Amino acid sequence: MIESQKDFVQKKETLIMKGNLAAAYAAKSARVQVISAYPITPQTTVVEKLSEFVDNGEMPGTQYIKVESEHSVFAAVIGASKAGTRTFTATAGQGIFYAHEMIHWAAGSRLPIVVSIASRGAAPPWNIWADFTDVISQRDTGWLSSFCATHQEIYDEILMSYKVCEDPDILLPKFIAYGGFILSHTSKPVILEEQHLVDKFLPPLPSEEGWPHIWIDPKRPMMFGNLIMPSGFYYEFRMKLHDAFIRAKEKIKSVAKEFEKTFGRDYGNGLIQEYKMNDAEVGVIIYGDLALQMEQAVDDLKEEGYKVGMVKLRHFRPFPSEDIVEVAKKVKLLGVIDRATAFGSQTGGPVSCEVKSALHNTQGTANILPIINGLGGREVTLDQQKNQLKMLVKLFETGEIPKDIIHGTLWDGLLEVE
Amino acid sequence: MVKLKDALESCQEEYFLPGNSCCAGCGLEIALRWAMKALGHKTALVTPASCLNVVVGLWPKAAPNFPFTNMAFAAGAAAATGISAAFKAKNYRFPGKGWDEITTITFAGDGGTADIGIQGLSGAAERNSDQIYVCYDNEAYMNTGIQRSSSTPHGAITTTTTLGKERYKKNLPAIMAAHEIPYVATCSISEPLDLYDKFKKAKSINGCRYIHILAPCPPGWGYQSEDSIDLARLAVKTGSWILYEVENGIMKLSKKSKILLDPTKRIPLIDYLSKQKRFSKISEKDLINLQERIEKNWDQINLELKCQENYGK
Repeated sequence: MIESQKDFVQKKETLIMKGNLAAAYAAKSARVQVISAYPITPQTTVVEKLSEFVDNGEMPGTQYIKVESEHSVFAAVIGASKAGTRTFTATAGQGIFYAHEMIHWAAGSRLPIVVSIASRGAAPPWNIWADFTDVISQRDTGWLSSFCATHQEIYDEILMSYKVCEDPDILLPKFIAYGGFILSHTSKPVILEEQHLVDKFLPPLPSEEGWPHIWIDPKRPMMFGNLIMPSGFYYEFRMKLHDAFIRAKEKIKSVAKEFEKTFGRDYGNGLIQEYKMNDAEVGVIIYGDLALQMEQAVDDLKEEGYKVGMVKLRHFRPFPSEDIVEVAKKVKLLGVIDRATAFGSQTGGPVSCEVKSALHNTQGTANILPIINGLGGREVTLDQQKNQLKMLVKLFETGEIPKDIIHGTLWDGLLEVE
Repeated sequence: MVKLKDALESCQEEYFLPGNSCCAGCGLEIALRWAMKALGHKTALVTPASCLNVVVGLWPKAAPNFPFTNMAFAAGAAAATGISAAFKAKNYRFPGKGWDEITTITFAGDGGTADIGIQGLSGAAERNSDQIYVCYDNEAYMNTGIQRSSSTPHGAITTTTTLGKERYKKNLPAIMAAHEIPYVATCSISEPLDLYDKFKKAKSINGCRYIHILAPCPPGWGYQSEDSIDLARLAVKTGSWILYEVENGIMKLSKKSKILLDPTKRIPLIDYLSKQKRFSKISEKDLINLQERIEKNWDQINLELKCQENYGK
């Protein structure tokens, strides 16, 4: 390793980079202290770039543990976070599934670990392309989770996430997911922020102890995670975890506001971001990289005179139920577009299920059409998205049920098979 | 070796306190108690699922007076790597506060080491992760009710080998030595001073250190609790459990085992097995077979020591 400089200071600059590199640069800007990683497509270039940073002395003091599996990745960052350091890793698909046990462990310990996910489909058959089933399958582990639509958003969201997660009122781990290959392996300009501004927005850990509830220190011998009888506080710990998720909604909103004030980039209220919804009759709720292309589809159709709009869902956990209700009051029909599956649920799509449940028993809200598309990286073109919008408008105006509806959900873009 | 008098004087302090819920005669308790006496205050311990998770006390009680982290079954070695890395990172941010002086140890059972934990342990060893990994070996899954592990010896009855285990005990210390880590040692709870010395030495070395302790279990092995030390001693005296160190690749027999290089000094295996109910179904043929394996094992050690000697010349 090259002798570390005393400090490495990032200048404000705009570089053209892959989405994965935006994640690596964010970890560097956030001054993470311990990284653990294991290679998995399509995340690998995140941890490759971080190796470069550490080897070049651009992340002085940062410990980088290259382990033998994702189970150990999460075990290592859990250990490091417990000992009071800011930690980071990146993973995807099978890696998340393999680490599932430790993912529960991190949340149960209330550790503010931030993890970027270049989402990919679940095997079998082998699939390495965009599909959010990997991150969404961790729904009930106690991790916050969000989706990114752009390269810049990956960088920004990681910085915002540390601020949310490390808040003493929150103390939860978080996944930041973006579509594998679509964002991870394409290049776009990304603004890297001046280090002193980042430090002001997200200060390096102020105390050597680390988090208020947990730190490993021989001067303060403590027991972490020992067996607790049913009459003990296990049940109450779970309630408090849920409570932290609900409180995180306000925190996410205030951090997004502060981020906009500091860096000038707007991410709606942090939980959702509306796009041309105010004069829309029909809208869609969409997340991940497909949201960016959908903005174009909305623009194009607006020019043709259609009254359409869209809502980008930024956070899946906590689920922004209240915001979704407000959005659903603005339009008569909402398509909810999933690039993930929830087999055997009422709609087959995880987010459409959540939306339906959020609107349950609320008067005057839009009807919902669940839509699934793009599974396993299946291409979703701009034309296809425009057709989705047109189909929704037609359904709204004429009541005509689109073809390809299977058990109440539109599976859009299935191959034609005889 | 440290003198008993000195050891007793220098380690009056207890780290694994009375009031823990170990069974009477528990080998694990003696192992941890003496290990901590050697390691002292500046120690952070991780334990994956094992008896140790339970015997330290149910929440909110805790018998250890040092930082003690419970961890998932397969995750001990990797979590300890993370903790020791965090201490290094903290030492960079907050130099001079002693964060670099803390010894991180994993304390795992034989299941958490030889079975479910071996991948993580092998990874940690290959990385030369800065920790002491300790396996306290009671030769089965005692916490879940005496099921066979890969460390259970041939012929032993467990709740999942009701006729006695067919396969042989996995040689974990040899596997660890093959990782070429700086220090590997075997211990027995019957030799606390030897154990104390080995932990002292391990503490003074950087990188991945592995210590394997034979820790008899009264209910698991089927004997009276007052016989734990005797049984651990018999394991050594029969030559079936060999005390040694491998330091930077050089093997050295420890005192109590070194004398057994002379085969006439080894007592018959039957003296050790007959005191345990778990070997009650062992056949005459198996017994001869096991005794032969011990002799063969010693022949190999003899060879290795001679090779080392020649290489040194």
